[in-house]
Amino acid sequence: MSDAKAHAEGQQHPIGIYLKIWFLLFVLSTFSYLVDYYHVEGYLRWSLILIFMILKAGLIISVFMHMMWERLALVYAILVPPLLVMVFVFLMTFQADYVFFTREMFFATGS
Amino acid sequence: MTQSNIGEALAPPEGLQGIVADWSSDQRAFKNVPWGKAMMWVFLLSDTFIFACFLLSYMTVRMSTTVPWPNPSEIFALSFGGEPIPLILIAIMTFILISSSGTMAMAVRSGYQRDRVNTTLLILVTAAFGASFVGMQAFEWTKLIVEEGVRPWSNPFGAPQFGAIFFMITGFHGFHVSVGVIFLLITARKVWIGEYDEGTPGFFTSRKGSYGTVEVMGLYWHFVDLVWVFIFAFFYLW
Repeated sequence: MSDAKAHAEGQQHPIGIYLKIWFLLFVLSTFSYLVDYYHVEGYLRWSLILIFMILKAGLIISVFMHMMWERLALVYAILVPPLLVMVFVFLMTFQADYVFFTREMFFATGS
Repeated sequence: MTQSNIGEALAPPEGLQGIVADWSSDQRAFKNVPWGKAMMWVFLLSDTFIFACFLLSYMTVRMSTTVPWPNPSEIFALSFGGEPIPLILIAIMTFILISSSGTMAMAVRSGYQRDRVNTTLLILVTAAFGASFVGMQAFEWTKLIVEEGVRPWSNPFGAPQFGAIFFMITGFHGFHVSVGVIFLLITARKVWIGEYDEGTPGFFTSRKGSYGTVEVMGLYWHFVDLVWVFIFAFFYLW
């Protein structure tokens, strides 16, 4: 039984789930486009963009790329390393702030 | 632990215990995943870091400039006879790429059902969507370079780094899409002539061909769509 299961071919899922995710991706993209269309500004704009982006990315990875049906050994090996990029983001925020600060100083003194 | 009959394989444990068991089994770590699929995932992980570095450099450049950043909403507006619609070209490109991902997912499904004709057709539709995406990107680049005079070192809208970031990020993504279209066409041909039904060895790996290859191709294609989700959010909408 488990042997047959192990040799069953690849990922087979009903077509309905792909169509539903496709539809959801369309809806989410429309929403993120509307954020720009209606000139939503400030923190509301940025948080809406991020929320729609993360939802879309999650749907693509988990369903289209079949991640939700894979064993955790693969899921963690692939999805955890990119999280470390957040450390890089954190570092570069400081660097960018510092460069901005020195530029302001430079342009203020005008030398 | 439940008792099993002699000769029958135990079901692998799930959850965190499953991770430990899979990685410490002195065998391959990724169970039930063919070699090619695991390697494609590792490649996509490395590609994730490349695009992450691009987007990070964009973040750094945009945060550190003292000149206002150009407004993509206006730059990528198009008018169809009337008032210009903001960002409409990019929105259309987004919908095209999502649709191509949808048809690719269905192609993978038909592949595992050994439906040769539908798999070929769906892959070809995916490739057509991808080619039209690249075409629209070429149109966008031409418009920016020829009409607006955007260069990697200067542009008429604001911060000069805009051009460098734009050409680098969308260029690298467009390159990925173009390569994807080429490989989609190769895969479509292989499906059509029945290489995956007969198990003809691939020219590069000389391993037995199977419909798993369509899924691996699909992983790459969905990744291209995935990267676009981030570019759309950070570069065009932010």
